[in-house]
Amino acid sequence: MRDDDGVWAAAVSEVAAEVDRAEVDRADVALDAPLDGGPRLATRSWSDLLGAALGAVGQAAGDVLIDVVRDAIGPDSMDRVDDVLAFARQRLTGDYVVDEFGFDQQFADIIAANVLRPLYTSWFRVDVRGVENLPVAGGGLVVANHSGTFPLDALMTQQAVLHEHPGGRQLRLLGADLVFAVPIVAEIARASGATLACAEDSARLLEQGELVGVFPEGFKGSGKLYKDRYKLQRFGRGGFVSAAVRTHVPLVPCSIVGAEETYPMLANAGTLARLLGLPYVPLTPTFPWLGPLGLVPLPSKWIIQFGEPIPTDGFDVALADDPAFVFDLTDQVRETIQQTLNRLLPERGPTFG
Amino acid sequence: MGAAVEPGMRRTVLVTGVSRYVGARLAAMLSADPAIERVVGVDVVAPTHDLGGAGFVRTDVRDPAIAAVMERERTDTVVHAGVLATPRSVGGRVSMKEINIIGTMQLLAACQRSDVVRRLVVKSTTAVYGSSPRDPAVFTEDMTARSAPRSGYAKDAVEVEAYVRGFARRRPDIAVTTLRFANFMGPRVTTPMTAYFELPVAPTPLGFDGRLQFIHEDDGLEVMRLATVGDHPGTFNAAGDGLLTLSQALRIAGRPSVPLPTVSSTLVGQLFRRFGLVDFSGEQARFLAHGRVVDCTRLHHELGYRPKHSTPEAFAEFVRERCVDAPLRRERIVAAEAAIRDRLHGGRDA
Repeated sequence: MRDDDGVWAAAVSEVAAEVDRAEVDRADVALDAPLDGGPRLATRSWSDLLGAALGAVGQAAGDVLIDVVRDAIGPDSMDRVDDVLAFARQRLTGDYVVDEFGFDQQFADIIAANVLRPLYTSWFRVDVRGVENLPVAGGGLVVANHSGTFPLDALMTQQAVLHEHPGGRQLRLLGADLVFAVPIVAEIARASGATLACAEDSARLLEQGELVGVFPEGFKGSGKLYKDRYKLQRFGRGGFVSAAVRTHVPLVPCSIVGAEETYPMLANAGTLARLLGLPYVPLTPTFPWLGPLGLVPLPSKWIIQFGEPIPTDGFDVALADDPAFVFDLTDQVRETIQQTLNRLLPERGPTFG
Repeated sequence: MGAAVEPGMRRTVLVTGVSRYVGARLAAMLSADPAIERVVGVDVVAPTHDLGGAGFVRTDVRDPAIAAVMERERTDTVVHAGVLATPRSVGGRVSMKEINIIGTMQLLAACQRSDVVRRLVVKSTTAVYGSSPRDPAVFTEDMTARSAPRSGYAKDAVEVEAYVRGFARRRPDIAVTTLRFANFMGPRVTTPMTAYFELPVAPTPLGFDGRLQFIHEDDGLEVMRLATVGDHPGTFNAAGDGLLTLSQALRIAGRPSVPLPTVSSTLVGQLFRRFGLVDFSGEQARFLAHGRVVDCTRLHHELGYRPKHSTPEAFAEFVRERCVDAPLRRERIVAAEAAIRDRLHGGRDA
């Protein structure tokens, strides 16, 4: 990490130095050209002087930085520097591939390695169980409980699949439309492989053999109060069941313990939420009282349990449009998750232990 | 609803919108086809591009004179490429809308009265699907917009398609092909999107990175030609394989960008116009933010054409020709990388 930072700083100063040198060259040309007036001459020479001075400073700063960076890296890791430079060039020239949903593998890898992985291993100490219940290849629909006001549970489940599954599979998350309407969140969500939770997108992903993650409770789950923790909310209209039945992929119930305590929502600032067009504005023990510090999630201990898969290839595709059947299967999945949560909670021990 | 033109019969084709690049090139291409006897181009203003062997009749599509032209020429195939995307070329949104909507209605009225017309090809756009955060990632031809386009070209295109569908119901004996094209891209074509990527500094919607698809101008023309000479009734999406995100495209083009908060896409559209640089509508600003990708399976299998250039290839060709002096062009970045590497490595021996 430190190496990368150094190289970045050097790159920036190098570019600055290049620009400064170009300024100096232009200044030389300007001095040779016939000049026509006193005041203009004065301004010109001032800007020339300034340019030259900046150029010299830039050059010197560049040299110093290059030396500093070189010392910091040490002669042994020079090969890695080449990789970092090549990577920077690829990104800056747009030389990478994004899939039709906007998934940018390189971006996702970097965020996973530098942000999510440390959270996953050191902060939440996620204990993953039942990875063998995930399909090794081909489509699958992971259905999980949702909590904690901010979808950390979705991101940690994604990490669990990425790191614990033998195939290192990328869990493609389905998000509410609000996710794709909020600036920056929208950009990051698409780049990390999420797409809209709608019949068309889930069918397309599952048909392409992707592993898809869905949180049928939606905002009702993530926005519930701390006193209602680990009580599953209504599971939407069961669209996820229809999607799985239509594409004959297994449903994998997933129970997440720990996310409820990351941002314990004591109350909802309902009026403010309505004003901002948000589903809720959480008031937690730390937010908004501690300002930006209040955004740090509490370090709860997590368990993510992937349950026994429910195969759907035996069902007639027509059942996907049979409401009674869809509600039954939805309830079955919901019950499984609720019972697993009830079993896991005492197993976890102390919440922050 | 086959309505095939009898084999051996030489055809006469009417092409609208020949004053602009795509219409003109299509008219020229068709006029070189030995199976076509005569190609007549019509438009409100005289063409600036070479029409090849095609004739030109200057007529306002908004008045019924178009019917007289079709009668005189005994037109059996009509290609409607005359729906305008930019208001500036015709002196404002009001006359743009009139040309697009009234023009289409007059053309369809003429087709409906004709007992010679056998085929109608309409150049439409994937903009009919709109662009919003509630959209599915990929649109197929059977899907409709989740939030219908509210302004400009996209709204006109939605209305034009509605009239065309109505026409197809009234005259089931005429084969109607609607082609929904992604933005044309390439070394020569000029559209609001090419103008955008030619800006010295591109304003972008802050915190959004739309997924963009393009179709190379040559591929787009080939799709129109195939639809005109073959028998492919129906609606087809047409775009190059793959996609680019907005930020990626700007990096490939070597254009610096300025992210602007998108309080309202209409405002952003107005901002673009105030810059006086781009004929940009709110709809196009929304497109940059949310993007749009279409599924082209039907084009590949039913129309039997797979664009020769992917979206990145079409864009690369545009960049090679039209962004040679972009400030952050590839050569500079490659040179900067080499310079940094040399300096870092250079010190090792010292």
